[in-house]
Amino acid sequence: MASIQPQMVHGAMFDTNELVINMGPQHPSTHGVLRVVLRLDGEKVVDADVVMGYLHRGIEKLSENRNWTQIILLTDRMDYVAAATSNVGYCETVEKLLQLEVPRRARYVRTILCELQRIASHCLWVGTHAMDIGAMTVFLYAFRERELILDLFEEFCGARLTYNSMRIGGLPLDIPPGWDKKVLEFCKIMDVKIDEYETLLTHNRIWLERTKGVGVIGGAEATALGMCGPTLRGSGVARDVRKDEPYAAYDEMNFDVPIGTAGDTYDRYLVRMEEFRQSLRIIRQATEGLPEGPIVGKVPRLIKPAAGETYHAIESPKGELGYFIVSDGKSTNPYRFRVRPPSFCNLQALPRLVRGHMVADVVALIGSIDIVLGEVDR
Amino acid sequence: MADDTAPKPAAPARPAAPAAKPAAAGEAHVPKAAAPTGPPDPPPPADAVIPPFITSLQQVVSGTTLSLYLGDWTVIVPAAEIITAATHLRDAPDAAFDYCSDLTATDWPPRAERFDVIYCLYSTRHRHRVRLKVKVAENQPLASVTGVWTAANWLEREVFDMFGVNFTGHPDRRRILMPEDWQGYPQRKDYPLEGPGELLMENPLDWLKLRQAREEADIE
Repeated sequence: MASIQPQMVHGAMFDTNELVINMGPQHPSTHGVLRVVLRLDGEKVVDADVVMGYLHRGIEKLSENRNWTQIILLTDRMDYVAAATSNVGYCETVEKLLQLEVPRRARYVRTILCELQRIASHCLWVGTHAMDIGAMTVFLYAFRERELILDLFEEFCGARLTYNSMRIGGLPLDIPPGWDKKVLEFCKIMDVKIDEYETLLTHNRIWLERTKGVGVIGGAEATALGMCGPTLRGSGVARDVRKDEPYAAYDEMNFDVPIGTAGDTYDRYLVRMEEFRQSLRIIRQATEGLPEGPIVGKVPRLIKPAAGETYHAIESPKGELGYFIVSDGKSTNPYRFRVRPPSFCNLQALPRLVRGHMVADVVALIGSIDIVLGEVDR
Repeated sequence: MADDTAPKPAAPARPAAPAAKPAAAGEAHVPKAAAPTGPPDPPPPADAVIPPFITSLQQVVSGTTLSLYLGDWTVIVPAAEIITAATHLRDAPDAAFDYCSDLTATDWPPRAERFDVIYCLYSTRHRHRVRLKVKVAENQPLASVTGVWTAANWLEREVFDMFGVNFTGHPDRRRILMPEDWQGYPQRKDYPLEGPGELLMENPLDWLKLRQAREEADIE
């Protein structure tokens, strides 16, 4: 501060100091309660500091004092726009600790749910991201389709946001009759709608101006920064947990991992748009090839894994969602429950991304890394 | 290693089951003296094939211990050697762990070196994983790996915030999730589950009454 002397510009004395302004925590484009302190030189961002914790509920501490089944409910409250993915990740980690085999049908249904969830999460992302940048229409369109997915989830597990849709060892209930037909019907609708979003944005002049060359980050730097998911793939790193360390039934699915080249906001957008299509491809394969059979494995009546620790990661819509769980083998709750939140690790790149850009681009970049504060703060 | 979800991982020796005699219902009242002193970290079975990057790490860093559980390799290194080990794992061509997936800690209060700091590493080139682990005492300094993986910056801040692990050489060691002026480290095992919180700040008398009522209820 106070590094530059006031100057005489057109006969008026202007103050040319650097300016510190506060953005959030109550700000419509921070997607929750995120606070960013910006140091500005005119309208250019010199540096940014991210302040968080406004939504910290201590989910890790709470989980260490709940039993293994009760924790599924808490995982809903982390990434609340993709709750089913968090459920799957947690249940799979416990199954790994228990060395439990999950029936094939359950793994297929998990895959369908995860991918439906990815589409729902990306719908929310494309809507809010476009609205932050100024395109109002996409928001209304995307939420219309997200509603269809919420209806499917409601039919499957009775809830529309915090699903509690998974059980350790399998599924709570089999899919309702005719549900798979409705899923395929939805795929048919969604196919057309993705093109609709792309018509609105992909070649839109304003969209290109606002996203191309904004927040460029190279692959090596993004990897070192711990970025993950579509945000990392936009920088050209083909890292996808579904391909590299397959879980659920992803090893039996055919799909491609789209990657970007430029590593800017536009490429991250393109990657996510292609992920919509790949998700539909996976849903079609899993629904059409859904095997018959049991939906729950041989789960012990009292869940109490042997002493030991493990880390298991899945690909949530935001990136690598990992669980590090330690069991002491004595009590009916985990000794240590740790979540590796993808949004938190992506958010770490924000100060690096916004440096040198305009204030309006900060909004575009927060949207571009696709964070959910419930998961950042836990 | 990459195949974490395989139905049957390279079956490690399953640690001995805890004594089976106490009934599940009675376990809630087991006295605190029974607090565990650390994870079992079972050593790899004799016929396990040790990945080459671990063998080469053992040549660079002395005093390592290996563990294999559920198909995950863990290398326990002395706290003083963490930077050497991390740099080697990142730069050695057969290791190439360029991605720090997670960095966290576990608290084992009965132990002198009460914290396990755990680094979950991943290689985007070879697609394999390993976990590094160091044991540190309460105020023992532990070198920050921010210089090795930039990703460790916030992750170490969180471990500092939640456990109070004393990271040295960290560029920006502040609390991250809790308020700046917070007392104590919430994720430690001896941190109370429920406390005065806002009630104490706003109305200490009410809080005292509540505590008294609870204590009386407990006695009865």
